[in-house]
Amino acid sequence: MTDTKHTLVALVEDKPGVLNRVASLFRRRSFNIESLAVGGSEDPGLSRMTIVAIGDSAQVEQVRKQLEKLINVVKVSDITEGDMVTRELALIKVKAAASTRSEIMQIVNIFRANIIDVAPGSLTVEVTGDEDKVNSLLGLLRDFGVKEVSRTGRIALTRGSSS
Amino acid sequence: MKKTGAQILCESLIKEEVEVIFGMLGGSVLPIYDTFPQYPQLRHILVRHEQGAAHAADGYARATHKAGVCIATSGPGATNLVTGIACAYMDSAPMVAITGQVARPVIGRDAFQEMDITGITIPITKHNYLVTDVGELARTVKEAFHIAQTGRPGPVLIDIPRDVQQEQTEFIYPDKLDLPGYRVISRGHPAQIKKAAKLINEAEQPVIIAGRGIVISQAYDEFQEFAEKAQIPVAHTLLGLSCFPGDHILDLGMMGMHGTGCANMAVQNADLLVAIGMRFDDRATANTKEFAPNARVIHIDIDPAEIGKNVPVDVPVVGDIKSVLTAMNEEVERREHADWLSQIEQWRREYPPQDIRQSDELLPQYIVHQICEATQGDALMVTGVGQNQMFVARYFTFTKPDSLISAGGLGPMGFELPAAMGAKIGRPGEVAWCVAGDGGFQMTIQELATITQENVAVKIAVMNNGCLGMVRQWQELFYERRYVDTKLWNPDFVKIAEAYEIPGVRVKRREEVIPAIHKAMEHPGAFLIDFLVEPEENIYPIVPPGECLARFFEPSRTGIWERKSGISVTEF
Repeated sequence: MTDTKHTLVALVEDKPGVLNRVASLFRRRSFNIESLAVGGSEDPGLSRMTIVAIGDSAQVEQVRKQLEKLINVVKVSDITEGDMVTRELALIKVKAAASTRSEIMQIVNIFRANIIDVAPGSLTVEVTGDEDKVNSLLGLLRDFGVKEVSRTGRIALTRGSSS
Repeated sequence: MKKTGAQILCESLIKEEVEVIFGMLGGSVLPIYDTFPQYPQLRHILVRHEQGAAHAADGYARATHKAGVCIATSGPGATNLVTGIACAYMDSAPMVAITGQVARPVIGRDAFQEMDITGITIPITKHNYLVTDVGELARTVKEAFHIAQTGRPGPVLIDIPRDVQQEQTEFIYPDKLDLPGYRVISRGHPAQIKKAAKLINEAEQPVIIAGRGIVISQAYDEFQEFAEKAQIPVAHTLLGLSCFPGDHILDLGMMGMHGTGCANMAVQNADLLVAIGMRFDDRATANTKEFAPNARVIHIDIDPAEIGKNVPVDVPVVGDIKSVLTAMNEEVERREHADWLSQIEQWRREYPPQDIRQSDELLPQYIVHQICEATQGDALMVTGVGQNQMFVARYFTFTKPDSLISAGGLGPMGFELPAAMGAKIGRPGEVAWCVAGDGGFQMTIQELATITQENVAVKIAVMNNGCLGMVRQWQELFYERRYVDTKLWNPDFVKIAEAYEIPGVRVKRREEVIPAIHKAMEHPGAFLIDFLVEPEENIYPIVPPGECLARFFEPSRTGIWERKSGISVTEF
């Protein structure tokens, strides 16, 4: 079986130490994760985690089942196969001299990204999209000199009204 | 009336029908101990080392099928529990471990005897808690016992800061639990059971692999009915021993690295494996790539994460073994597998499972066999880890359900003495034998004091070969006889026992074995026999590491089923 990216979405109780338990499980079972994003959900007591794990289907199914064994984890779904929407937010601080600033702003506009900070030698760009879009913009901006990047990792939901 | 956290803990333990607590004091649990005199129905067993408390609670839990409770102070007390908690986790034994923690204001400041025990025990507990509010304590205890004792059992740790033990609140023990992330699947899916039954009804060469899940579920009758109705021979994992009569015609004994020839040959040649309450541990399966190449696999287990973890499964059935087998017995047809059983009988003759070589030397196999004879199998056998464990697994015929307590998954030497103590306290009416190696015995030997103080009538058989026997065997077989640091200088164990006011005898010759065993059993209290066994006796057969089950090896016989690849056993 071949390794592919899987998107796991976990609803977890919003309690101290839950992130530690999840991270500990990945380390303990030697599962590779590419990103892990966590934040609030529609339920005040629950957080939603989006985990991008790399492995074959059997390995990822093991991850899912092991995660479900954690008492603070309410539900885990592998939504890779289904229809899903995914987004990532990235902040990119790029070098910008007077001569390059307008060119950078044009690129940023094409990507429907925003400039959220302007300084004498740099611009900070906020971009939202799937990983490909973020990677493409980042690729173009590298030509100007990227000073700092911060990415949230993927967050995801299934499409449609099902939950 | 308001109660302190310590009182709430004790009252909650009583609500959970706890009778015995194994523990050791220290600064951060003093408020709890201070309240014990108010609750005389809680019997506290004062151990000499916290590892002893955890193993004793484990032994007690396995003997009673109720959560064993141990208690230790913060810092070193808590870390000393770790081996015992890990052991219970690996073998799915229910346990509630209670640790004191430094007071809340100093948590995180590296206070004296502060240790992050909840962080440390995340990978070795089913769940754990740090109680930071006394109002949460009763609910936490209720949840802990529920989690520890239901589904696939396991240890749960509750860490209680000293000031929470002293803080006061109303004691309200909750009736209901709110654990949205904890679900136990008890009934197997009917469609899966039907699918499994179809495979079973069609199989010509089926073998059951019986694991500890059958013991945990106490499904002895359902299991025996299943095996007999479908007429399927039964191979056991180490901890699956004693779930089925060892003298039954369908019983093959233990499979695996030191399994019987007939069990290993049957598993490797099976066309269907019915794996029940087991987890395809590498010591049971040997090399999984060549494991049972022609077999379809049915896996019945309560833990969905075990399905497909180590071995691909054709038909999984997730549920409680007792419930699944009850349903399965309705679906399976009464079958006869005459040809298959006659093939198995041939293997049994070819590789006699309990053969003891002719020798004047004092052999551990002979001793185990004689303990079995003397007790008529009516004993609770508790073993250490290593050769002594394998000799008991192979040469004791387990005819009584649920009569073996052994540390299988973690394999901690030193388990035997405290676990036997806990088991005997849990089942006071039974004869408990602790079979120890001379290496492991010295790892928890301090619990002899607890045994005397609490008057626990454990019969201790030390298989004293003057070395770390299993390691020495590996050095002999796989490290060209380079015996590095496996030889042990030992004290006089009979004198040691005597110093603890435990009578004992030393046995050097075969003819002394039976009288010594009888003497031990006739003595009302604890008794020790120091068996000076043949130092270089090995446990055979052995499947060399990395090999498949059928390539087992013993000096005069070798597995011959398949040799098309890999090394030949004669190369040893």
